[in-house]
Amino acid sequence: MSPQARGRLILLASFAIAIVMNILPGPAWAEPFVPDWVALTLIYWCMAVPHRVSVGTGWTLGIILDVLYGSLLGQHALAKSVIAFITVRLHPQLRMFPRWQQAVSVLVLLAINQLLVVWIRGAIGHAPGTIAYWTPSIVGMVVWPWIFVVLRDVRRRWQVS
Amino acid sequence: MITVFGKPLRGPSPLTRLVLLGLLSAALMMFDHRGQELDRIRAGLMVILYPVQVVAGVPVALYHGLIDLFTTDKDLKEQNERLEAEHTRLLVQLQQLDALEAENTRLRAMLGAASRVADRALAAELVEVSTEPFSRRILVRRGAQDKVYIGQPVIDAHGIVGQVTQVASHLSTVTLITDPSHAIPVLDNRSGLRAVVFGSGDQDNLNIPYLSAVADIKEGDLLVSSGMGGVFPAGYPVAVVTKIENDPSESFLQVRARPAAQLNHGKQVLLIWPGQAATTAKGKAP
Repeated sequence: MSPQARGRLILLASFAIAIVMNILPGPAWAEPFVPDWVALTLIYWCMAVPHRVSVGTGWTLGIILDVLYGSLLGQHALAKSVIAFITVRLHPQLRMFPRWQQAVSVLVLLAINQLLVVWIRGAIGHAPGTIAYWTPSIVGMVVWPWIFVVLRDVRRRWQVS
Repeated sequence: MITVFGKPLRGPSPLTRLVLLGLLSAALMMFDHRGQELDRIRAGLMVILYPVQVVAGVPVALYHGLIDLFTTDKDLKEQNERLEAEHTRLLVQLQQLDALEAENTRLRAMLGAASRVADRALAAELVEVSTEPFSRRILVRRGAQDKVYIGQPVIDAHGIVGQVTQVASHLSTVTLITDPSHAIPVLDNRSGLRAVVFGSGDQDNLNIPYLSAVADIKEGDLLVSSGMGGVFPAGYPVAVVTKIENDPSESFLQVRARPAAQLNHGKQVLLIWPGQAATTAKGKAP
């Protein structure tokens, strides 16, 4: 298998796992503690290989989520393409940041992602008004260092570049 | 360079792509919100992505399998006895119901009112996945194939669950009455007061806004569907009032209710076709 094709397979597999993790069933009380795995994976790959994963990938993932979630078509697509764009734009700085600073940047990106979604939901109906709506972003920041290490090892092991 | 899942193509800069895809998203959202043009595309995508949902449901299926494995003969016998007792009790109630129904029809005929027709129901199995965070939707294994339609009412043994909002060939999405975007017209079963019940996004809380301080509503009142709006048939339990707050600085009462349906339990719901029983369950009326 060519390195190109192998890289594509790894990217596809990591996104597929992230999507499944996003829709894993669980009790309602656990909802605020589930981070947006797809957004985290997207941010990592946009930072590591911005010439392969960027706005187009983010948009496609968003459409997939919109269909699986039953949400308005284009809602998550817009949010994911925006965070992919910002990450690709800032990838040289993000790569240089110490791990904690990177995690804070990820928190900002995840919050932008959620903000866009809540704006759109507010525009078409009633958006969730609870403070718990924002906890997935904070959980995302907390798990980021582990996501980073795991995906970096995956990238090195299979030489995705 | 455009890259879709790591497949590089020559193309415009990230900013151009963001603007183009952003506009496309906006157009999609507008069409999806306002019209039905995108329903077929969504239905197709739902079918294509169904395997992902099956995979996501595997852990729960394994868990249920494990529980089945440890269910003993004794448990089953006990359950059987319990169900038989329940069955007998329900049969007794049903006998009375037949008499009441006949009486109701006679009375309605005397009043010249349209007689209430029973509803056809079809059981639908839930697909064990979660949907958008902080929304309340469920996915069921029935679709266009079973003549499911958008706006169709969904109930369970205890009350109204929600309504169908998306339909694919074998699957449909049901928006629960607790979803923040859902509203249902109701009637207070005790006083006859009309109100609208809104979802709160919280799994066991519903809001009833716009009721004045003198409205005849009490804690513990049962709210049933009023049939106004034409989506839900009249007379099904929707919610039970749990809390009424009268804040003098607000112009309306703060009324909270708990859904009558068991939205978080059970693996099945019922899809209903209001007023179709005469032609399906009992054959063509003479």
